[in-house]
Amino acid sequence: MIKDWRRVLIHILSFLPALWLFWQMSLWYRFLPHELSANPIEYITKFTGDWTIRFLLITLSISPLTKFTGWRLLKYRRAVGLYAFFYALLHFLNYMVLDYFFDWPLILEDIFKRPAITFGMVAFTLLIPLAITSFKFFIKKMAKSWHKLHQLIYIITVFAVIHNYMMVKADVLIPVIHAIILASLLCMRVYIKFNNRKASNKKQLA
Amino acid sequence: MLIKIKNSWELSENEVTAHSDYLSRREILKAAGYMGVGAASSLILPGIALADDGLMVKPNKYDGHEIRNELTDIRAVQGYNNFYEFGMEKDDPARNSHSLITEPWTVTVDGNCENPGKYAVEDLIDFNNLEERIYRMRCVEAWSMVIPWVGVSLSEVINKLKPTSNAKYIYFETLVDEEQMPGQRRGVIKWPYREGLRMDEAMHPLTIMAVGLYGKKLANQNGAPMRLVVPWKYGFKGVKSIVKISFVEREPNSSWMRLAPNEYGFYANVNPDVPHPRWSQATERRIGDFRRRDTLMFNGYGEQVAHLYDGMNLRRYY
Repeated sequence: MIKDWRRVLIHILSFLPALWLFWQMSLWYRFLPHELSANPIEYITKFTGDWTIRFLLITLSISPLTKFTGWRLLKYRRAVGLYAFFYALLHFLNYMVLDYFFDWPLILEDIFKRPAITFGMVAFTLLIPLAITSFKFFIKKMAKSWHKLHQLIYIITVFAVIHNYMMVKADVLIPVIHAIILASLLCMRVYIKFNNRKASNKKQLA
Repeated sequence: MLIKIKNSWELSENEVTAHSDYLSRREILKAAGYMGVGAASSLILPGIALADDGLMVKPNKYDGHEIRNELTDIRAVQGYNNFYEFGMEKDDPARNSHSLITEPWTVTVDGNCENPGKYAVEDLIDFNNLEERIYRMRCVEAWSMVIPWVGVSLSEVINKLKPTSNAKYIYFETLVDEEQMPGQRRGVIKWPYREGLRMDEAMHPLTIMAVGLYGKKLANQNGAPMRLVVPWKYGFKGVKSIVKISFVEREPNSSWMRLAPNEYGFYANVNPDVPHPRWSQATERRIGDFRRRDTLMFNGYGEQVAHLYDGMNLRRYY
């Protein structure tokens, strides 16, 4: 029946954090003991934000991982990227609905006056076209421009990590770890590109 | 599988005073002219009442009875804390602060005063004249609580130490001890935690040195054995587990001013019109509430304290 067990596994694992969150939120809603602390909305903000960045970083690590290990993972990259969008959407909705409850003056002030929020909001906005064009229909239709558009993922991840770093009050350890992972992923890409060019140059010379 | 770890705020059976005991104890206290603070806590958790470490309090002018029905659940007051000495997460202090030894406790007093020296908590705080103060507590992170503190006006402590006319500010330090405070193994803040007040702020009757809450001695995660409470300022001004008091001439540098001077000032008065650079301070979420509420100027204590800042530009002196 199921052709690709690995894909099923990826979906299950990627959805687990959200499943746990929804379960805890339902406990909270029914006034039962839960793990979301005394300030659940703040907890949800952090939880969904952290998982967004993790999925962005995982998405970016798939192509270098494929190059270095030879595993054929590239075909799962789109699914993992969509989970980054999924958690970003939860993060965004939590901010708009649960946290500020459509308090537009405050929300607009946040977006336009506070760079930390601006970076996050721009990153989320840029993710939307990537999510929409993730259907096969668009990949075929857009051909080369699809790849160009999806290069945006680099800027999005950089902005997301900056947003993460700026929102933290005192302890920047986790955002710095995110930044280091991101920087090494970007370095790997430069290295691979450089090597490819050298290889093709050699071919031309020969 | 999830393993349920018992939180420190979950009372075990033997800690709970029997209801009849509680009632008779209240009668004794009433007869003695004291008000049982258990009355407030019993509204929330009947079991808390007056346990063996229950503190007796006398009636006072600033008891905050008008917000008595807004009290925050004691489980949140003792389970959701910013006390980086015990870790960065909100539940770390409740989990890690058992290693803090609060008896004996020594407070060093120095600077411009007539009675410098080393003091025990009982030397500084008159436990026969404790007062209950129900105050709003507004964290700079835009959440808030209502807490029934037990303590004395800081002015009573200061009067014992007799500051000289050179004392323009009072300065406090928290304990530094990596063994007792495991969070200090990481230098997130340059330890010790430091705070200060202008002398007139320190002498204001609303400013208290707290030794308890909900009628009992302070839990370690709330800053035992004694901590500052300044209800019209952001919560971080309330320096916990104090081991040093200095009377100084110049405005002291507080820990948060050192860490991010553009974000945290010396005054740190609650002010809905002066946003934090990264978020608005116009609203707050009361712990236990779903929707945000408007933040009050000086956290609702403007009538009593606004005159302290007459003529000052509060945008500049945030």
